[in-house]
Parts: sequence; C-alpha cells; structure tokens
Amino acid sequence: MTQMPPLVALVGNPNAGKSALFNALTGARQKIANYPGVTVERKSGRAAFADGRPVEMIDLPGAYSLDPDSLDEAVTRDVVLGKLEGHRRPDALLIVLDAGNLDNHLRFALELIAQGLPTVVALNMIDLAERDGLRLDVHILARALGVPVIETVAVRRRGLEPLMTALDQALNYPRPVPEPVAASFGAQNQRARDIARSAIISETAGRQWTRRLDAILLHPVGGVVILLALLFLMFQAVYGWSEAPIGWIESGFALLSDGIKNVLPDGLLRSFLTDGVIAGVGSVIVFLPQILILFLFILLLEASGYMTRAAFVMDRLMAAVGLSGHSFIPLLSSFACAIPGIMATRTIMDQKERLATILIAPLMTCSARLPVYTVIIGAFIPASSVGPGIGLQGLVLFGLYIAGILGAMLAAAVIQRFVTQSRTSSFLIEMPRYQWPRPGDIAINLWQRAWVFLRRAGTIIFAATIILWALLSFPKAPEGSNVSQVEYSVAGRIADGLEPIVRPIGFNHDIALALIPAMAAREVAVSALATVYAIDAADDDAAATSLGPKLAADWSLATALAFLAWFVFAPQCISTIAVTRRETNGWKWPIFMVSYLFALAYAAAGITYWTARSFGL
Amino acid sequence: MQLDHLPLNQIAVIRAIDWESLPDHEGHRLRSLGFEPGVTIEALHKGILMWRDPLAVRVGRMTVALRSDVAAAIDCALPV
Repeated sequence: MTQMPPLVALVGNPNAGKSALFNALTGARQKIANYPGVTVERKSGRAAFADGRPVEMIDLPGAYSLDPDSLDEAVTRDVVLGKLEGHRRPDALLIVLDAGNLDNHLRFALELIAQGLPTVVALNMIDLAERDGLRLDVHILARALGVPVIETVAVRRRGLEPLMTALDQALNYPRPVPEPVAASFGAQNQRARDIARSAIISETAGRQWTRRLDAILLHPVGGVVILLALLFLMFQAVYGWSEAPIGWIESGFALLSDGIKNVLPDGLLRSFLTDGVIAGVGSVIVFLPQILILFLFILLLEASGYMTRAAFVMDRLMAAVGLSGHSFIPLLSSFACAIPGIMATRTIMDQKERLATILIAPLMTCSARLPVYTVIIGAFIPASSVGPGIGLQGLVLFGLYIAGILGAMLAAAVIQRFVTQSRTSSFLIEMPRYQWPRPGDIAINLWQRAWVFLRRAGTIIFAATIILWALLSFPKAPEGSNVSQVEYSVAGRIADGLEPIVRPIGFNHDIALALIPAMAAREVAVSALATVYAIDAADDDAAATSLGPKLAADWSLATALAFLAWFVFAPQCISTIAVTRRETNGWKWPIFMVSYLFALAYAAAGITYWTARSFGL
Repeated sequence: MQLDHLPLNQIAVIRAIDWESLPDHEGHRLRSLGFEPGVTIEALHKGILMWRDPLAVRVGRMTVALRSDVAAAIDCALPV
C-alpha cells in the first residue's frame, strides 16, 4: 500500500503573497474544488521534495486570526484545527509572512505556531521590503519564533528549494510542543511588535511607491475619473479586442459543419451534428474570447492591488444605497460571472450587507449575457458612429450595463431598507502594496476560468442543446403539412403554453421557446434560437448563414429591445440560483431573488416594448 | 485628537480606542489589523469628492481604509 503524501497548508494574512507562492510551488498542477459542505474554493496542488517525494499543498483562504470574522476565515480556522469534517488535518503549516508588514502579520503567525504542528515560515516578498528600505535578520526572527524562517520571493521563484528542504525536515523531526500562547489579543500584538522590532536591522522611510501612486489613484477627483476610465476601457476592450478571435472560432465551426455535410448523407445524424451540436455549442463557444478579456481585466485589477482602491473610491457611493466598498469587489467580479461574485461576498463581515450583495449580484451584466446582447445588437442596431471613436452598438451595450447597475442600486436600497432592515454598513479593509502582476499567475487563473467555461459548454450547454434539438425535431411534421416543423414539435407545443404569458411584453413564439432552455444558462438562449432557425430552415444553405440576419428579418425592433430589457434582469441561470442557495443556507433567499428578478424583467420588457411601439418601432 | 480629525500626513500615536462604541465585528477586525494603543498612525488620504470619507491611514507598516465614524472612536496623541 502506498502512503498518502503529507499535506501542507499555506496559511497567512490576505495580501501576503500566499497564492503566488502556492503557484510557484505547485506550478499548473492545481485542482480547484470546494471544501466539504461549504462553497469556499479549495485550491490544492502537488509539489515535490528534492528527491522527488510528492507533497500535497493546499492554499487556505487569507485570514487575520483564528477567531473568524468571515466565512473564509472560518474555513481556515477549521482546517488548521482539524475541525472541518471530511477534511484531513494538515501535517504541517507553511506560514506566509509579508516581510514588509511584520508588525501586523506576526501576531497571526504566533497564533498559528502555537498550534504545535510542524511549521515553516516563508518570509515572502523580501525584495519589496528591501525596495522600501527595510533590512531584516532572519536568524533573529527564527530564534524568536522557534521555527525555521526562509526568505522567499514567490514571483521570482527565489528561496523555493530551501523552503522545501525546511518543510521536509520539519515534517521528519517534529519540534517540541510550544509553550501556551499569551492569552490576550493585546499581549500577542505587543509580543509580535517586539519581535518585529528586534528583527529589523535598519529601515528608511518606506512605501514611497505605494504612497505616491495612492496620491493619484485615491485623489478625491482624479481617482474617480481614473476608475471610470478604467471601467470604460475594460468594456470597450471586451468588444474591440475580441472581434478577430471570434471570427476565427466562427470560421472554424463553419469549416467543421461543411466537412460533416460533405461526409454524411442528409439525415437524422447529420441534422443532429450540424443543427444540434455545432449550431448550439458553437454559438456559445465563440464568446470565450470576450469572457477571457473580462476576466483578464479583473484578475489584473486584483493582482496589482488596485481592486481595494476601487473599493475605497466607490465606498461613499455604495453607502448611499446601504452597501459599502466591500460590496464593490464582488459586484465587479459579477460582471464576469455572478458565481465567483457571490462567492466573493464571503469576505464581507456584515451579514446583512453580504445578503443584499448576493441578492443584487445577478443584476450585474455577467459575461453569459454578452452572447445574447451581441447577437441582438448586431442584428438590430446599425453599426453607425455617434461620435469620434464611439459606435452606436457599443453605446447600446454600455446602456445595458448601466441599466443593470441602476437596477442593482435601486434593488439594494429597497432590500437594505425593507428586507434586511440594515441601518448601517461598514468599511474596513487592508490596502496592499501595489505590485506588478506576474504573467504566469494571471495565465494560470485565466486558464482555470477558460476551463470552467468550456466544461460548462461541454456539459450543461451541450445537454440543453441536445434535449432542445430532440424536442424540436420530434414528432416529425407530416409531409405536405402547412405547419412548420418547429410548431409541430414537442418544444413548439410547450412554447404554445408559455406564449400567452409573454405575448403582452412583445415576445413571439420563438422567444418563448428559447426562454425555456435558457433557464439552464442565459447564453443557451442564443444557441436555442440558432437551433430553432437551423431546423426550421428550408434548405441547408439558409441554415449555414448566421443567426443575426434571420432575427432581423423575423422580429420587430420593439421585440428585440424588449428581449434585451428582459435579459438585463431575468435570473436565468440555474448555477447562480444553486450557489445562492448554498451561500444563504436555504431556499428562502434564492426564491426571493428569482421572484423579484423575474418581476423586474417582465416589467422592464413590457415597458420597453410598449414605449418602442408608441414610437412606431 | 480623534483620528478623523487628524490632519493628513501628520504622524501620531494611538492613545486609546473606544471599543464600546464600535460594533463587535468592527472592533475585532480593527484589533486584528493591528490597531492598539501605542501604535504609530498617520492619515494618508481622504475619500472622494465632497464626502472626504472613507480615510486611508497607515498603521504600523500597513495601509488600512476605514470610515470616519470608526476613525472617530480612535483617539490619537501628537508627538511632542
């Protein structure tokens, strides 16, 4: 029987460079899962000692103490203490300390060392500390802490070998059980500061870079302008930079589709592959470039340290609707996807604010809406220019984002006032030093996001597409009938039932049909429409042309605008509903969320439709 | 002098913190961020537009953002 490799947990304060060290030690060999029973992401990976023996590493959520303020911190405490059911206790701790922040980080390190597990301290970001004029003596630090201390620069892979050697030794030769830790928080803080002071050889005025940058980025007026410009650039890039790669993916699928048509005879299998699989899954995968660009921006903002500055700038505005700068970070992430956004609310200390943030997160325009918006805008809004460098299409897209944000703000104000009845919000956050994001870390993260998206396309969207294709293809309309195949099929009959409900807001039969599978994920609406029109097309040539022109020929502008308005608000994503249930421990809040969002979507689509109609559109 | 009234770029030392006036979780987080009597503190930046709230302060070697209502609970002494 082979022995399980030892488990080493990386633990430390937020912003200590823990994840960078984890990436440097494990490379791309990482697994993302959840801790048993909670939706906190568990990142694990394999590293190896010098002689090749494997060791399993986990990256625990950043924490300030073992007395948790947030759900993230609770997970860290439970794993360190071996209290998390279904999760083995680490064999050793790797404490990651920010060398430039010893006075504040050592207290938690002392608390961790006192747990008695084999422990090694990584004195990380030593280069940044030196840049800021700080010189430290590791030997004094190691003696005071009673555990090995290794200087590391994770982003430059400095100190990794000695670190692994020290871990190996710590695992093999357990240190004596430490004396009990000083009881009071204040006493621990005092001791931490004493140790920090003794380890500092010399220091000159520190943090000049961060301070100078903050003077610009947190400027009372300039800071706001810069944040708005960054957000605008981000959304422009999502549209502008993705054009070419989207074209490549589209032509790739077109080639594939043609290839199949050349090889296979006309029949059920060919229809299944071209109308079902390629039309459906392909129409979603083309949005991978946009999603990656959005995530790229968000990852860069996080890794550079700017995200907390954005929270600082936004705090006062968020306070106006009963939230705080803390909510800004999860909400900005929700522009990529509401699921990581909702999971990021775990860092919000105030539970009422956290709940309100979860409930409005789906209103942020997530990347899954982009496929829907892009297709409709492309089909109905002329690509004209309304000013230098500003296209009408981009402006409409921007308007949809703004509509989502305004809707969210309104919802937050109402929810905080009447639902959670929260009277105060709070904002208290560490602002890390600025640093250059490491391309490798960003690449690993982007790859993980791309993989999650492709897996979704390959599973949920694939399955939804197949089921829809089958529902649309059977039963076969009788030969010579004047009823179209779509109308005759099972799906057509289900849509018949739904149609009277959505008719008043301007939706037609095809939309009613697309809304059903789009409950699985919003972007399925596009693949569903693509499949509907592909199956309905009289000949294959018509099916090969893209979806946009067909919609433009078939829908009125009022209907298209109502459809866009619907998707600003509609909570059409099973995964979001599921993650809300898990994060709020029950069905009460997801049901509330789904009801209020559907009500808003219905009202918004109706108002849009009838307003547009009254203008004769 | 209360921290929210401390002029920018003025180095001071925390004299006392009125823990009673703070909600539990905020007091706890303040402590874990290293706010304690005796610690050196400096106000660095104030928030946007006319609000001038929240504040960014240096405590020890860390920069922390906090709102002025919390800052009002922190009493600072100017060095003589």
